[in-house]
Amino acid sequence: MLEIKNLHARIAEDETEILRGIDLTINAGEVHAIMGPNGSGKSTLSYILAGKDDYEVTEGEILFNGENLLEMEPDERAAAGLFLAFQYPIEIPGVATMEFLKTAMNAQRKARGEDTLSIPDFMKRVKEAAGHLNVSMDMLKRPLNVGFSGGEKKRAEILQMSLLEPKLCVLDETDSGLDIDALKIVSEGVNKLRGPDRAMVVITHYQRLLDHIVPDVVHVLSKGRIVKTGDKDLALELEKNGYADYIDTAA
Amino acid sequence: MPAVQETIDKVKAIDVDQYKYGFVTDIESDRGAKGLSEETVRFLSAKKNEPEWMTEWRLDALRRFQQMEEPTWARVSYPKIDLDDLYYWASPKSVEGPKSLDEVDPELLATYEKLGIPLQEQEILAGVEPKNRVAVDAVFDSVSVVTTFKEELKKAGVIFCSISEALREYPDLVKKYLGSVVPVTDNYYATLNSAVFSDGSFVYIPEGVRCPMELSTYFRINEQNTGQFERTLIIAEKGAYVSYLEGCTAPQRDENQLHAAVVELVALDDAEIKYSTVQNWFPGDKDGKGGIYNFVTKRGDCRGKNSKISWTQVETGSAITWKYPSCILRGENSRGEFYSIAVSNGYQQVDSGTKMIHLGKNSSSRIISKGISAGKSQNTYRGLVSAHRKASHARNFTQCDSLLIGQDCGAHTVPYIESKNASAQFEHEATTSKISDDQMFYCLQRGLSEEEAVALIVNGFVKDVIQQLPMEFAVEAQKLISISLEGSVG
Repeated sequence: MLEIKNLHARIAEDETEILRGIDLTINAGEVHAIMGPNGSGKSTLSYILAGKDDYEVTEGEILFNGENLLEMEPDERAAAGLFLAFQYPIEIPGVATMEFLKTAMNAQRKARGEDTLSIPDFMKRVKEAAGHLNVSMDMLKRPLNVGFSGGEKKRAEILQMSLLEPKLCVLDETDSGLDIDALKIVSEGVNKLRGPDRAMVVITHYQRLLDHIVPDVVHVLSKGRIVKTGDKDLALELEKNGYADYIDTAA
Repeated sequence: MPAVQETIDKVKAIDVDQYKYGFVTDIESDRGAKGLSEETVRFLSAKKNEPEWMTEWRLDALRRFQQMEEPTWARVSYPKIDLDDLYYWASPKSVEGPKSLDEVDPELLATYEKLGIPLQEQEILAGVEPKNRVAVDAVFDSVSVVTTFKEELKKAGVIFCSISEALREYPDLVKKYLGSVVPVTDNYYATLNSAVFSDGSFVYIPEGVRCPMELSTYFRINEQNTGQFERTLIIAEKGAYVSYLEGCTAPQRDENQLHAAVVELVALDDAEIKYSTVQNWFPGDKDGKGGIYNFVTKRGDCRGKNSKISWTQVETGSAITWKYPSCILRGENSRGEFYSIAVSNGYQQVDSGTKMIHLGKNSSSRIISKGISAGKSQNTYRGLVSAHRKASHARNFTQCDSLLIGQDCGAHTVPYIESKNASAQFEHEATTSKISDDQMFYCLQRGLSEEEAVALIVNGFVKDVIQQLPMEFAVEAQKLISISLEGSVG
């Protein structure tokens, strides 16, 4: 589904190189975890996948279901099935969460040449998905992410993810700012979306998220390169020994 | 390239020529002589068969006007308007005065149909629920061409007609209230209007009556080199209620046209007037050529106890907007409200706001102003809140928010606060923001196009005000805002 080949990228503004040759292949149905210390390039990778224009790709390519991802606009990538759950979801004042969901769903449907959702159909979908994530009607009426607690923000992200039914989900530190209970709800929401046609990239610092969302493959990212790849046990090992061994390898 | 940068580039290529209402109606028109003079005023007054006192009233205003200087304090700039190069009277030839619908020139009816204004009583009566009916007074250049639902309103005791007709039919009412809120010498443009106003609407709601439908006036400037000077007077007697909407458009022309209106509202004890405006005069083309100069004086007098006047405006048109709908809160416990959305794009200049003059005890007011600037436009909020000595426990809350799209536009906030009573409480909040790259990226990531993203964010920004509009017009207003910002984004 996703093929990243020798990806080099830097910050557009000051030309600081962040990614220095990433190779990564993710197949449908797989969940890959990307771990690594601060500053290793995890979030940058997620932004480049989604098309944020603060970064410049200097070398390499990314194929998404065979298409050249880097040539697509961010909204085209979204309509093609790429979803990024933000580490810090953005506030949209005055726009009710419900209204935002409807606008986003219909925008993607329009881009794919599908009909607009009828109101009853939309409501049914929202109610069902919101129920699983413990998102109340009251929260859906509030402006998106405005005054939301950390847990509410992350639940709102996963709610959007489940309603937009993406092919590739990129979760950027979805566990940050969550207490144990919220972590459980969010993880269950994510696990519900696992399926043979869908792939996930779970970016995290800590192993604890991976207790709940058990990955098929774990990668260690350090200084812009993948320095180690293994199965879920690699995460446990990292938890015990820290990143020190790998940081040295990268240097 | 950051999203905002792209927005700016799009703004540079802006095309305000997308103005939808720029067509001209080809209709034979009757015009007076060019220029401002005693002769013009007498001609106009005679055309309208006005009583002698009215002619004198106008001439007095003209004499005062000739002593006045054009004000320069507003943050707008424009070449001097040559008042002697204007026509002060233009009317479709076929119209002698307001008539019943069957007698109105089909060309005129077609114009209003094209503008989306329903003048057909029958159709409306047939299909729609009574709640959604709107009575319309259609003003074309200098005259009111038709007023709908007059008979039905009459049954409720409501008078809704053109001001010319009111001068003939209800001279005592007009004489009593005309100029009582906006005095003849109030300001340069109001004085000019007093001398040469041509037509407008008159509304009288008797004691205890709740007007059974929305009232609305629709202004259209068609003729070239013609100023439109309309005058609206609304009186709500004790315990009466009325909701009134005003809409405006004009053809796309290269030269600037002057529009100087005066609106006076009077609310007596326990009465309520809700006045909404959707102003969409031609804003000028992409190079800033043409467009309406809109100099308007609107003022409401909360004369009675517990009276309430609420102004809601959506301003998207005009090359220059100079407009401060205000409330004089004379009555005890009276309340004034001002909700405004002012959108400027291209080379538009907006200097708008309100005045809340607290005279009565426990009077309260609320101001919510949302300015959106794009293109090379300048958008200024100018407001005054004052409490006089006797206005104990007067309260005001003001919120002034500005949103900038692109880097070549400006937003300015000029609030004046004066309090002569120690128990008055005034609050003022102001914010200025830009649509951030992060907000844009977040929306795009969810699949919204740039245009959809800006529309969504802007609609969120203006939501508090849109909610104040009569339901039928809220959707229209939202669409209008999107259209006005078209070309400012991808």
